[in-house]
Amino acid sequence: MPDNVLEIRDLAVEFKTDIGVTHALREVGFDVPRGEVTAIVGESGSGKSVTANCIMRLIQPPGEITSGRIDFSPTGTEPFDIVSLKTKDPRLLDLRGGLISMVFQEPMTALSPVYTVGNQVAEAILCHRKVSKKQAWAEAADMLERVGIDDVPRRIRQYPFEFSGGMRQRVVIAMALVCQPELLICDEPTTALDVTIQAEILTLIRSLQRDLENTVLFITHDLGVVAQLADQVVVMYGGRVLEIGSVRQVLKDPVHPYTRGLLAAIPGLAERGQRLETMASVLGDADIITPHPLRRLSDGRQVSLAPGPTRRS
Amino acid sequence: MTERLLEVEGISKAFDGVMAIENISFSLDASETLGIVGESGSGKTTLARCILRAIDPDIGTVRFRGKDGWHPLHAMTDSELIPLRQEMQMVFQDPFSSLNPRMTVQEILEEPLIIHKIGTRASRREAVLDILDRVQMESDSLTRYPHAFSGGQRQRIGIARALILRPKLVVCDEAVSALDVSVQAQIINLLEDLQKELGLTYLFVAHDLSVVRHICDRILVMHRGRVVEAGPVEEVFTNPREDYTRLLLSAIPSPDPDVPLQPLDRQVLGL
Ligand SMILES: Nc1ncnc2c1ncn2[C@@H]1O[C@H](COP(=O)(O)OP(=O)(O)OP(=O)(O)O)[C@@H](O)[C@H]1O
Ligand SMILES: Nc1ncnc2c1ncn2[C@@H]1O[C@H](COP(=O)(O)OP(=O)(O)OP(=O)(O)O)[C@@H](O)[C@H]1O
Ligand SMILES: [Mg+2]
Ligand SMILES: [Mg+2]
Repeated sequence: MPDNVLEIRDLAVEFKTDIGVTHALREVGFDVPRGEVTAIVGESGSGKSVTANCIMRLIQPPGEITSGRIDFSPTGTEPFDIVSLKTKDPRLLDLRGGLISMVFQEPMTALSPVYTVGNQVAEAILCHRKVSKKQAWAEAADMLERVGIDDVPRRIRQYPFEFSGGMRQRVVIAMALVCQPELLICDEPTTALDVTIQAEILTLIRSLQRDLENTVLFITHDLGVVAQLADQVVVMYGGRVLEIGSVRQVLKDPVHPYTRGLLAAIPGLAERGQRLETMASVLGDADIITPHPLRRLSDGRQVSLAPGPTRRS
Repeated sequence: MTERLLEVEGISKAFDGVMAIENISFSLDASETLGIVGESGSGKTTLARCILRAIDPDIGTVRFRGKDGWHPLHAMTDSELIPLRQEMQMVFQDPFSSLNPRMTVQEILEEPLIIHKIGTRASRREAVLDILDRVQMESDSLTRYPHAFSGGQRQRIGIARALILRPKLVVCDEAVSALDVSVQAQIINLLEDLQKELGLTYLFVAHDLSVVRHICDRILVMHRGRVVEAGPVEEVFTNPREDYTRLLLSAIPSPDPDVPLQPLDRQVLGL
């Protein structure tokens, strides 16, 4: 029996605006295995953030989930479908209040400028668990240490504006982790950071994940980040899932022409002075617009391609 | 025979008493691409803006070889600089904020020609069509407004506007940084094609080291306002001499899952 924290099936989201209906997601389906890192990769507008927002039930009008289910199986609780929860269902509060935590691109969306860093991390603990204030501050200090903040006794009394962007993102990760979430969702948490700070945050997330065996859903447009962090990869394009497989399957032996195009366009792979491959040059006459249901290949991966033998490069 | 186009010597610039760039010297040959890399706040944009005299360096000299010989940019008045501005143009990271939303593409592309009083209505129209074709956009784009285009198309418009004056030197400040990888590849190819066709010289400011490695001949590595390493791009990438360069290179996540990320430790290096 596979042990999945999430099983997403046939998820569709529409945004109804004056100009018409945007189908932000269509027939999106994938699993998030417990204790592993699943990465969603895709270009701008492919539906990565909308997928994450569905899991948190954060889709607001004019957006609407029009079909599908998201089965969530927290340990020690009955599994339930997130999509069909009523707005007043206490399970929705539990879910947003700590069972699932989210880290966004911009750390200040999660931090308040008017409270100290220690106060905010301790408050995150007090919201979820019945511990004394003193205990909460002690745990906050531990977690800040763990995410690599130096000189915690001094830093814990400072305000976010006294921290660099990379340090702020560490604090947000600390806040997300103190609740010991069943699932940690990271939506482009390093995109706004310098490459050296990104490397530090990625190695931090990776080592914490290995120590704590968290389940992580990591959203990025960067295949380098995927390669370094993910166990499993979900490739999205135009609101659909085109390929799902292990990180080695998807990055070292992609089957879908779109995935091959994404990989080929990375500048590091071309010889200097040579033209870069583009999506157009890789795709040729391959059609990536027509939706095909995901089908499972013999090696276990899933791809959205017409029936018949798959062309490999 | 390569020809010098730009010579920068000992320029510094401070903001409110804090040094943004310090004692920077380098030269640039015609048809060359020089990359400037470094972390946020290292002074890349400040350096680029000092060279184009968008801001004034505090000290140092910037000499540029225009159509009619060498000019000391650092010592020239704003009005003396106007004719030279045709020969030095800039492409920005965010094409949207640098394109006037109330102007059509035709007006956006024609404006630099009007400002510099170049050509007749008819010849300007021809120049606009020509440049649009060079950046591989359809002529029916001309009557549309920037919001009607994707990020990649807007960047093409930004490039077209920079190139319509037929500059020699083009400064690209994070010109492909905001683009999706597949669009980025198209724009990089376009910049390389245009360089060959038009003999352009690029100063290419970027934080993405793999883009820089692909497109640049030489690079300057900046750290805290200083150039810490300079050299031919392959040499710097394969055999970095400075700790800071090594730190930067070690931080690039490889798209190969079998090449694990092992960033060097800033503290251990004392940086
Ligand atoms: N509030 C909204 N109103 C209308 N359309 C929306 C809204 N939010 C998202 N969409 C549409 O849904 C689609 C998917 O958007 P989403 O934000 O999930 O993309 P993404 O993959 O996260 O992209 P990025 O890499 O740019 O963050 C897009 O076509 C977008 O235009
Ligand atoms: N107009 C200004 N007024 C005050 N300080 C400035 C100004 N412009 C730049 N600085 C400062 O100069 C330093 C260098 O900034 P600069 O913008 O050149 O960095 P950069 O390398 O281009 O960074 P990024 O990668 O973030 O664009 C920074 O400390 C910045 O805060
Ligand atoms: Mg997003
Ligand atoms: Mg800059």
